[in-house]
Amino acid sequence: MPDLQKLYDAVLSGDRNTAVAVTQEAIATGGDPLELISKYMVPAMDEVGRLFECEEYFVPELLLSARAMKGSLELLRPLLAARGAQPVGRVVIGTVKGDLHDIGKNLVASLLEGGGFEVIDFGADVAPEKFIAAVQEKGANIVALSALLTVTMPAMRTTIDALKQAGVRERIKVMVGGAPVTEQFAAEIGADGYSDNASAAVTLARRLTATAVRP
Amino acid sequence: MSALDKWLAQSPLITDGAWGTQLQALGLEPGTIPDTWNLSHPDRVESVARAYVEAGSQVILTNTFRANAVTLGEAGLGDQLDAINRAGVEISKRAAVGRALVFASIGPTGKMLMTGEVTPEAALEAFGAQAASLAAAGADALLVETMSDIEEGKLALQAARTTGLPVIVSFAFDSGKNKDRTMMGATPEMVAREMEAAGADAVGANCGAGIECFVNVCKRLRATCPLPVWIKANAGLPEIKAGAITYSTSAEFFASHFPALAEAGASFVGGCCGTTPEFIRALVRTRSGACA
Repeated sequence: MPDLQKLYDAVLSGDRNTAVAVTQEAIATGGDPLELISKYMVPAMDEVGRLFECEEYFVPELLLSARAMKGSLELLRPLLAARGAQPVGRVVIGTVKGDLHDIGKNLVASLLEGGGFEVIDFGADVAPEKFIAAVQEKGANIVALSALLTVTMPAMRTTIDALKQAGVRERIKVMVGGAPVTEQFAAEIGADGYSDNASAAVTLARRLTATAVRP
Repeated sequence: MSALDKWLAQSPLITDGAWGTQLQALGLEPGTIPDTWNLSHPDRVESVARAYVEAGSQVILTNTFRANAVTLGEAGLGDQLDAINRAGVEISKRAAVGRALVFASIGPTGKMLMTGEVTPEAALEAFGAQAASLAAAGADALLVETMSDIEEGKLALQAARTTGLPVIVSFAFDSGKNKDRTMMGATPEMVAREMEAAGADAVGANCGAGIECFVNVCKRLRATCPLPVWIKANAGLPEIKAGAITYSTSAEFFASHFPALAEAGASFVGGCCGTTPEFIRALVRTRSGACA
């Protein structure tokens, strides 16, 4: 069994090659996938999130750590699936209709994947119907909406209303974010949660899935 | 004496305010790339440019912020790149009628280099095509603005410099406790050093935060490199009041920071998102008051 502290360090420093190599070695020597994730990788990502909150880490560091985490998870996921383990949650994410910006949304998607979520990314300018279909057909249990423009923020409300109309709102949790979005706005439009940065979005998604219906 | 030095003899120059929020007020729909209005609604775009010239802007920009090959290509408008950029410069020049300089706007690709969403080669090519069209249409200078990634800023600068026009590179400092980092973590010192080394004619800060955060950033850019500094601040952050979107800063509050920015060494002062011709008039009033 390799020194698993190296796995923690590799995720923390965003060193994908080392994360993958240590994971391979651990699997070959009979390491427990769940233990690798819960004892080393998730704590490392938590520390990354803390450093980001303290402004010692910025977006590039977040992305590198998420990439290292994802590289390792790609090796572990088939083993978990073979045991019948489910992903932490299934998130459908997109920038709302009328808004073409996707940098922030992409960042959240990367970090959610790094956090062990299965992510269905619809890109930008996404119509409410597509979110509804993802819930109905793909069993997403979290809908994550992004908007960069003040003028497209109302489309978040429209999307949530459409989810209600379609009768799927109770089955899912809705989280919202983007530069002009605020906690108050999120509450006003009936979202379940808001976060003001990509790292906090993962914490929020974890909190929401704890109370959501499993995919 | 270079063209830029000549203009800066009367520095600080007052530039213009926001275009996007002004075009929205004229009916631009969410989801429409504002730059396409250069071809479909040139009269409305020109009315925005003219309002700034009449308010006293000595430099106005062009409605070409998103007219790079990556953004237009993704929207299926790649074949209109040259027409959109040329029209953007022509509209601003018509409105300026020799009373204001026209600096052509080049915004980011909206894609991240470090995740491989766009390659450096593709970004360089995208900026190169845009810069060539803007220069051919007669822009006085090129403004690379709202950058957050030093690498992308360098690529845009490299492409813009091939035109031989003066090039200003401006970053959005919207992160960190003191709003003195870009989203990618770059500090004013890193920006000033890297852009000077890469051959920028001026460096700057735009968008991101309210004007009160810009004095510190301006000082730090100025302390790190000898280049002129370009400043364009937002009208604070957008707020939602009774369903309507408003910006928190008044024109008077905004303009009250002009003396501090001039003192900090800003050579160009104007407004970004949420600012209007009223903000420019207030800047002009403050400057004449300060000089009297």
